[in-house]
Amino acid sequence: MTTPVLDLRQVRKTYATGAAAVEALRGVDLVVEPGSYVAVMGPSGSGKSTLMHIVGCLDVPSAGQYLLQGSDVSRMDERRLAHVRNREIGFVFQQFNLLPSLTAQRNVELPLVYAGVRPAERRARAREALDQVGLGDRVEHRPGELSGGQQQRVSIARALVTNPALLLADEPTGNLDSVSTGDVLTLFDGLHSEGRTLVLITHEHDVAARAERSVYMFDGRLSDVLPERVA
Amino acid sequence: MNVLETFRTAYGALRAHRMRSTLTVLGILIGIAAVMLTVALGQAARTLVLQQITAMGTNLIMVMPGGEGPQPEPDGDYEGFSYAALSLADVEALADPANAPDVTGVAPTNESFIVASAGDRSHDSTLAGTTPDWLSIRGRSINRGRFFSADEVARGARVAVLGSTTAQQLLEGTDPIGAEITLAGQSFTVIGLLNTAGSALGDDQDNTIVIPRSTMLQQVEPSPPNEVGLLYLQTRDQESLSAAYQQIEQTLMTRHGNTPDSKDFSIFTQQSLIDTANSTTAILTGTLGGIAAISLLVGGIGVMNIMLVSVTERIREIGLRKALGATPAAIRNQFLVEASMLGLLGGVLGLLLGMGAAWLIGAITDFPVVPSVGATALALGVSLLIGVAAGVYPAARAARLAPIDALRTE
Repeated sequence: MTTPVLDLRQVRKTYATGAAAVEALRGVDLVVEPGSYVAVMGPSGSGKSTLMHIVGCLDVPSAGQYLLQGSDVSRMDERRLAHVRNREIGFVFQQFNLLPSLTAQRNVELPLVYAGVRPAERRARAREALDQVGLGDRVEHRPGELSGGQQQRVSIARALVTNPALLLADEPTGNLDSVSTGDVLTLFDGLHSEGRTLVLITHEHDVAARAERSVYMFDGRLSDVLPERVA
Repeated sequence: MNVLETFRTAYGALRAHRMRSTLTVLGILIGIAAVMLTVALGQAARTLVLQQITAMGTNLIMVMPGGEGPQPEPDGDYEGFSYAALSLADVEALADPANAPDVTGVAPTNESFIVASAGDRSHDSTLAGTTPDWLSIRGRSINRGRFFSADEVARGARVAVLGSTTAQQLLEGTDPIGAEITLAGQSFTVIGLLNTAGSALGDDQDNTIVIPRSTMLQQVEPSPPNEVGLLYLQTRDQESLSAAYQQIEQTLMTRHGNTPDSKDFSIFTQQSLIDTANSTTAILTGTLGGIAAISLLVGGIGVMNIMLVSVTERIREIGLRKALGATPAAIRNQFLVEASMLGLLGGVLGLLLGMGAAWLIGAITDFPVVPSVGATALALGVSLLIGVAAGVYPAARAARLAPIDALRTE
């Protein structure tokens, strides 16, 4: 039996905001096997952003256990989490989050810089990743010179360049028109068919429909079926 | 993240805000330039003063009336005035090798200011009444003519030796040797000209008239013949200076009945003058340098301020870098390097400006400005240190930012 990429066991997250404590996650269990393509859906305030932060190792759970590639990351310090994010996770954000002063090439190289990869190898791998998303002819462009769809493809290239175990996309099509949305989702389909593991957070049903499995967040809990009240 | 990449990123960030970086650098630049300039000029002033002290004569000791602390009660000989505490008898005692074996010459001297005239010209000058030993003890030499002799001192001859400034002011256009000048209504014959000696401690040593002391006391400024204004003494060599100092002190204390705590005379050596000059210029340089250092501090605060702005402004970038795998240390180093670059850049430019200004002042005045390697290294070190110190807090803040808080900020 293979080790799951993600294995969340009764994960809870409580935020202390002033006097009141907000329970964003109330015991979430989620297992994602290698090569699967999972969409996490839910209305705003359901806790799906919190889940995304914990899955992406940007935050740690208040209680419960989170195994990423079989190792427990729920109690790691910030330095070790940084290494895990660098090696195991590729992020795709709604806002693209490219650095405007850097070229597409340099933006894609960024995770490799923090991984300590040497410049020559860095350039080659970034180039390869940009080719893969169909932007091989835009390497020297800065984000301001690219369309929204192209920018999102640069950020997908940046997510892929470290060859991570998990590709984590947070509302990746939220800022895109329908054509660019189609391009990005086609790209995800391709990555899935190559055997990559994808977790996609979205509130759009037609986007979630492209995934092989959908799960639903509601009131800090996760279920495999659409809760009645929302449906 | 390796060092080169950190520098590259920091450089890129500074370049992205050229105007802001330039102004911040300017703050450090001005501070470093001000400190460099004051220190360079302070050192030049010190060199100048030391040159002048050395020019006053070699192995020179001066004794003046009056001392520190409570003055001893004057006995009958001194008529109540402490500044009259030196006499010709003291001179004879000090000239005696039995009392002061390391003293090789004594020139009892009375100094004052006088208006000298020649024809229709008149000129303010210092007047020294002394003995022939004065010439060698003061390290002076004769340019033309001759110095007066012991015989002329004994006779009270009306002869005068002039410094070059005085000679030029009074007798320009005529041959000074053999010329007549008038001092206090008496006519004097100029018999010699001194070589120039420049100025010492603010005195133009060439604006002087030297005459026999007996002549001065009898005919120019009538005074008791025994009265001595100050003594110039010469020691055998540099090494015997402190021995001579003690011999002079012991002899005069015995003769005057002084105790070590209460003396009616003061002894100055070149070393004591040099020490005084050193401490004076050090205080001056320290004070001015301190004031200049305040501007450096302000510059440092400017760096810190701009780094804090930079961290706040780039919260999203910091969050993204963390999401992509930047460790807190990598983020901290990036901001530290940025702040250090601002500091060091300001330091290098300020150094050039300060040294340039000092060099310019040295070129257009006769201030002996020399570039100092120590001050240069110190300026660079200090500017780097300021950059790092100013960067520590903003960098720590950036490193501490939680990635989700940073990413969330719009």
